[in-house]
Amino acid sequence: MERRIVIDPSEKPSLLLRELWQYRELFYFLAWRNILVRYKQTVFGVAWSVIRPLMIMIVFTIIFGKIAKLPSGEVPYAVLVFVALLPWQFFSSTLSDSSNSLIGNAPLISKVYFPRLILPSSAMMVSFIDFVIAFAILIVLMIGYGIYPGWRLLAIPGLLVLCILISLGMGYFISALNVKYRDFKYIVPFSIQLGLYISPVGFNTSAVTDSWRLLYSVNPMVGVIDGFRWAILGDQSQLYLPGLIMSIGIGISLFVFGVRYFNKSERMFPDYI
Amino acid sequence: MSHIISVENLSKCYTIGHAVNRTSDGIRDLLEKRAGNVFSRLKSGLSMQDRTREQEIYWALKDVSFNVSQGERIGVIGPNGSGKSTLLKILSRIVTPTGGRVELSGRVASLLEVGTGFHPELSGRENIYLNGSILGMTRKEIKSRFDEIVSFAEVERFLDTPVKRYSSGMRVRLAYSVAAHLDADIIIVDEVLAVGDAAFQRKCIGNMQDMSGQGRTILFVSHNMGIVQSLCNRLILLESGQIVSQGDPAPVIRSYLASSEHSDSESLSSGYWVNKEKLEKSGTQDFRITSLELINPSNPEHGPRTGDPLIIRIHYSANRDWHSPAFILGVKDPLGYEILRLSTSPISGFVIDEIFSSGCIQLTLDSLPLVSGEFYIDVGFARERHEFILRLENIIKMNVAAFDVYKSGFPLDRTRGILVVPHQWQHTEEKP
Repeated sequence: MERRIVIDPSEKPSLLLRELWQYRELFYFLAWRNILVRYKQTVFGVAWSVIRPLMIMIVFTIIFGKIAKLPSGEVPYAVLVFVALLPWQFFSSTLSDSSNSLIGNAPLISKVYFPRLILPSSAMMVSFIDFVIAFAILIVLMIGYGIYPGWRLLAIPGLLVLCILISLGMGYFISALNVKYRDFKYIVPFSIQLGLYISPVGFNTSAVTDSWRLLYSVNPMVGVIDGFRWAILGDQSQLYLPGLIMSIGIGISLFVFGVRYFNKSERMFPDYI
Repeated sequence: MSHIISVENLSKCYTIGHAVNRTSDGIRDLLEKRAGNVFSRLKSGLSMQDRTREQEIYWALKDVSFNVSQGERIGVIGPNGSGKSTLLKILSRIVTPTGGRVELSGRVASLLEVGTGFHPELSGRENIYLNGSILGMTRKEIKSRFDEIVSFAEVERFLDTPVKRYSSGMRVRLAYSVAAHLDADIIIVDEVLAVGDAAFQRKCIGNMQDMSGQGRTILFVSHNMGIVQSLCNRLILLESGQIVSQGDPAPVIRSYLASSEHSDSESLSSGYWVNKEKLEKSGTQDFRITSLELINPSNPEHGPRTGDPLIIRIHYSANRDWHSPAFILGVKDPLGYEILRLSTSPISGFVIDEIFSSGCIQLTLDSLPLVSGEFYIDVGFARERHEFILRLENIIKMNVAAFDVYKSGFPLDRTRGILVVPHQWQHTEEKP
C-alpha cells in the first residue's frame, strides 16, 4: 500500500470527501464521547433531556396560550408548542454546540490532524439523541390527548434533514469565525434566545398576517417548524408552500456556504486557536 | 534511492501580533489595530510604516531541507524556539507551511502531546478507543490490539477508572501505548517521554527501536541528549529555524552543547563555574551553602584536570543545631547521567556528629578520574535519616582540562568514554 501525502502551501484547499469517509469512525467516536460525557456527575442525568423541553412547553403554554390567549386551532396549546420545540431544540443545541466545538477542542486541533469538519458535525449527534427522546415524549403526549397523525408523518425525516442543513450550515460558519473572533461566544447564545421568540415556537404561524408571511419566512426555521406542525398535527395548521420552498433554498445555501467558508479557513485554525 | 520523507525549502512565518497574540483576538482588537495602523501612518509617514511591518514577521522555519530514508530514526534537537515543534507540526499536517514542499510516503502517526483528546471523565478503556480513533485507527484495529495496548501501558487494574484519577505517569504510559500500536509507516514524536519515569522511558526507547527495526521511520524531538543519543541514528540540529548541522549523533550533540554555552563561557577560565544566583536563592536561615570551591592542589592554574588531584570545598552557614547531617556530591556528564555519587555518610561512613554555626567541608580526590570535557556537580545537604534539606542540581559546571595521563599522546575526551583509571596491560603469547 503506497500512500503519498504532499504538503504544499500553494495547494488549493479542497473538500476531500474521501478523507471524510476515511475518518468516519472518528465522527462516531467523538459523538459517542459527547454523549457519554454529557451528563457525567449530574444527579438527574438523562432526565435533563426530558425536563428541559417540558419546562419550556409549560411556560410557553401558560404565557402564550393562557395569558396572551393566542389561537392554537383545534390542537391543545401544549402539543402545539411541543411539536415546534422538537426542531427548535435540535436547531438551537446543534448550533450552539457546533459553534463552540472548535475552540472547545483546541488541544485536538493544535496537536492532531484530521478533517476539522468532523468536530462541528459530531456535535450534532447529542442534539439528535435529545430529539429522539423528545419525540418519544411527544408520542406519549399525543396519546394522552388522543391525537393521531396520518401519512404526513413520512415528511418528518425530510424536514429533519432540512433542519440539519440549516443548523450545521450556520454551525460550520460560526465555529470557523469563533476561532478567530471569540465574540461569537456571546453572540450565539444571545441570538438563539432571541430566535426562540422570533420563530413560531410559542405561537402558531397563522398569528402572522398573510401579507407579512413571506417576509417572516426569511427565517428558515419558520418553514421547518410549520412543516413539523403540518406533518404531525395534520391539516389543522396550514402548510405555507412559498415559505417552505424559501426555507429549503436558504437551508441549502447556508449549508453550502458554511462548508465552503469552513474549508477555506480550516488551515489557519492552528495559528489562531 | 527513494526517500520516505522529503522536505524541500520548508518555511513557516508567523505574523507577530496576529498569530502570536492569540488569546485575545476579538473584533474589538481588530478594530483597535486597524485604527492604530491608520493613526501611526498619519503620524510617521510611509518609511516608518514599512519598518514596523517587517518587525512583525517571524520566521519559525526558514529554508529547511532534508531527506529521510525508510527505517531511519531521526532526532531533531535545538534550543527552545528553534522551530523543532513547528517542523513536526507541519509534518503532521497540523500547520500549513508558508513556503516549500513536503512529501511523505505512507501513513503518518504523530504523538505531539501526551494524551491529546483524552477525556478526563472517561475511563481508561473508553479513552483507548477515543484516542485511538483520534490518531486514525479504526475500531477494528483498536479492538485487535486492545490487550497489547493495555499490557504495554501497565494499566490493567485501572481500565474502568476515569482517567482524571490517573497519575500523570499512568496517563503518559496509556497515551504512548495507544500511539505505539498505531500501524503507521512514519512515527513523529515530540518530547513526550519527559513525563514518564526512567523505566518506562527505557521501555519506549526499546519499543521505538523495535519499530524502526520493522522498517518504520521515526522522527523524534527531545531535549534529553541521553535519550536522543541512544535512540537516533541521525540528528538534525535546528537553530532559529534553520538547520545548523546534521549527521551522526555524537558530533551534532557536541556542536549543540558547544553553541548553547557561548553565554557563560567567559566565566569558565578557572575551569569551573558556580551558579551563584541559584546558590543565593536556595537554602533557609537555618542552613545555607555560602560558597563552593574547586581546587587543583598540584596545578592550581589549571583548575580540574584529568588525573590531577581535586579538592572540592563546601562552605556553609547554619543557624541552628543539625545532628548527624550529611553532605552529598553527585557528578554528572553533560547528558545528565550521574557518574559518581559521594556522601559523607552513609556512602563514605564519615560521620559528622553535629554542626551549629558555619564551617567548611572538604572532599579530596587523589586523582580526578574523568576525561576532558564538561561535567556538572550536584550538591546536597541532608539531616539525619538522609532527609534532604537542600539539593542544588547542576550547581557547579566544571570543565575538566585535558591531560595525557597515560603518556601516549592520545587525547582523552568524551568520544572515548568518561573514566580514566590507573591500569596495566599484559600480553602473554601461547604456543599452540
